[in-house]
Amino acid sequence: MISFENIVKWIQAFLSAHLPHIWVLAVEAVIIIIAAIALFAILGLVLVIMERRVAAFMQIRFGPNRVGPWGLLQSTADTIKLIMKESIVPDNSDKFLFNLAPFMVMIPAMLILAPINFAKHFFIWDLNIGILFVSSISSISVIGILMGGWASSNKYSLHGAMRSGAQIVSYELSGGLSILTIIVLCGSLKVSDIITAQETGWWIFRGHIPAIIAFVIYMIAVTAETNRAPFDLAEAESELTAGFHTEYSGMRFALFFLAEYINIFIVCAVGATLFFGGWMPFHIGTWHAFNHIMDFIPSSIWFFGKTFFLIFLIMWFRWTFPRLRIDQLLNLEWKYLMPISMVNLLVMTVCAIYHLHF
Amino acid sequence: MYHINEIVKNNTLIPSILAEADANDYIINIGPQHPATHGVLNLLITLNGETIKKVEPHLGFIHRSMEKMCESLSYRQFIYVTSRMDYLSAHINNHACALLVEKALQIEVPERAQYIRVIMDELTRIASHLLWWGAMAMDMGAFTPYFYAFRERELLTEIMEDTCGARLTMNYMVPGGVMQDPHEKFQHRVTTEFLPLLKSKLHEYEELVTDNIIFQNRVKDVGILSKEDAISYGCSGPTARASGVECDIRKLYPYDIYNKVEFNEVFETAGDSMARYLVRMKEIKESVSIIEQLIDNIPEGDFQAKTKAVLKLPKGEFYQRVETARGELGIFVVSEGGTTPYRIKFRSPGFSNLSCLDHITRGSKIGDLVASMGTLDLVIPDIDR
Repeated sequence: MISFENIVKWIQAFLSAHLPHIWVLAVEAVIIIIAAIALFAILGLVLVIMERRVAAFMQIRFGPNRVGPWGLLQSTADTIKLIMKESIVPDNSDKFLFNLAPFMVMIPAMLILAPINFAKHFFIWDLNIGILFVSSISSISVIGILMGGWASSNKYSLHGAMRSGAQIVSYELSGGLSILTIIVLCGSLKVSDIITAQETGWWIFRGHIPAIIAFVIYMIAVTAETNRAPFDLAEAESELTAGFHTEYSGMRFALFFLAEYINIFIVCAVGATLFFGGWMPFHIGTWHAFNHIMDFIPSSIWFFGKTFFLIFLIMWFRWTFPRLRIDQLLNLEWKYLMPISMVNLLVMTVCAIYHLHF
Repeated sequence: MYHINEIVKNNTLIPSILAEADANDYIINIGPQHPATHGVLNLLITLNGETIKKVEPHLGFIHRSMEKMCESLSYRQFIYVTSRMDYLSAHINNHACALLVEKALQIEVPERAQYIRVIMDELTRIASHLLWWGAMAMDMGAFTPYFYAFRERELLTEIMEDTCGARLTMNYMVPGGVMQDPHEKFQHRVTTEFLPLLKSKLHEYEELVTDNIIFQNRVKDVGILSKEDAISYGCSGPTARASGVECDIRKLYPYDIYNKVEFNEVFETAGDSMARYLVRMKEIKESVSIIEQLIDNIPEGDFQAKTKAVLKLPKGEFYQRVETARGELGIFVVSEGGTTPYRIKFRSPGFSNLSCLDHITRGSKIGDLVASMGTLDLVIPDIDR
């Protein structure tokens, strides 16, 4: 049977049979890098077109429908346009930091890809502190945003960057606490362990109320962390024109844009892993026939289906809600979300100790 | 980054905000090209972090010297210039000009024309408020309401296109009545298509924006304009009525058949952005009720009174005011007895409403500035004529 797991095993066996160990590693590394970059490019194109179609659906209009079949090549055309455009660097800017900033946003986004399980036993590096790795690396991207805002030598950019800094640092707390809520349930930071623990049911169902609260807080926190509306204060079109990337154009802007979408994919993938069992099919207790049928659906489809459902949720937020004000944004985090998620973590710990969950 | 003193040194025309500024002040230009200003308005804002210390509007980017232009145009021609002033209330601006000429020449307007004019005015008011609603929501960061508002407004522009031939800058009112009879399907389209559609969709507006907790937090207690300040700044229209000022020209100085229709002057007392929002939303409903009273009762008769080919206003000064979607529009004409005005002056509602912006936003956040500006309903060509 063809599955990602078998393909990986076959490549591993093929290379080990023909090459010495060190060369196997090197070739595999190259394959992974190419695959990751390809995944990035495809994700960027797919998510942009998806965003525009979702927006059109919400806004009673058609969206892109001219380039290619059903407008699917629209984002490809946009990418070509962005590559052809002149990349303007402002005169007063700090040129080194200005050029570095897009990559500082992009690289963490690429790194977080490592521990994510895309299908059954299909991942780049399933390290034993996977979730910790994800939450720590994702904090680095704020440096890129601050760097870009500062180096642009533009007041709008600086303002947007400072807002973004305050926002991301605050919302990481409640995001991290809601992740911890699930960690105490399964007792492991390793991504594959978290998924296997959900074989009899996803945590959002088995962890009942605390898990649902954690999920809601997680979604709010990651929407804020990825600078998406209603928390798009760093960009805030009607206030700061384009916020921290006001001065960026051409491919440098495209990198910021791409990083935003990759970050959405990653937070949704992590959310799907923690709350919806990653690639784990939908199982109901002892209904063996039902569970067996569910197992026939490939694990990659389960994973991407759940992830894209969460992405759709985040897009839905964006096209429905007005933007918060900066003080309301910080109030929401420090006065409501963080205390709630702390209490929630405590409740979940009690549940986990006394096995009150299903 | 420029130091404040460098800007001052390099500018020959120093705005007062720069001359007064401390070295530590953080000054940002909002506009003339900025998404929140909906046109070419330049706001120089002094910031302390996120908090606004001062707002100074700078005008003149879209000044077309309309008042001077009108001096060389005849009393039939100058009406068409005014549709470009507050382009969202084109009919109402034209109406004011037509009323002024009629008052000066004592022209008796046929009742049919009066009915049609008032219906057109109210349709324009609805269209203007719909566009304001969408644009204001966009200022708040919600993009979707804009498209919802345009769905209803599109039907309205089509109806206008049938009758006036234009979708935005309509030129339909002439001295003595209206230019031609409305399109034969006009009544039918308004009663069976537009009004039912609008009424069935108004609840969507409430659900999507009015009842939204984020929106309510953004506008409540933001940009508070007290009744006394509203009067002293010369605010008018929904902006002043939100502060509890009685200023509806349709009630105070009724023109055409406004004294025959029944409608309420909408008031709020809070004076904040939410009050301004609510006043406009309720005004849409009032306009609907005015149209409903008139649309089926348009009397038969002429649509235009017989007037001379060349209009000459008697020597003297004439003033006419109407209630546009934004407030009180006054037109002042000094005539020397010729075919063109000697001097003409427009009192536009937007200019006075903008003047209170500094007062109501001082000490609030940048987001509040955008919210206040959105609910003041500024149309820049109306401020800068």
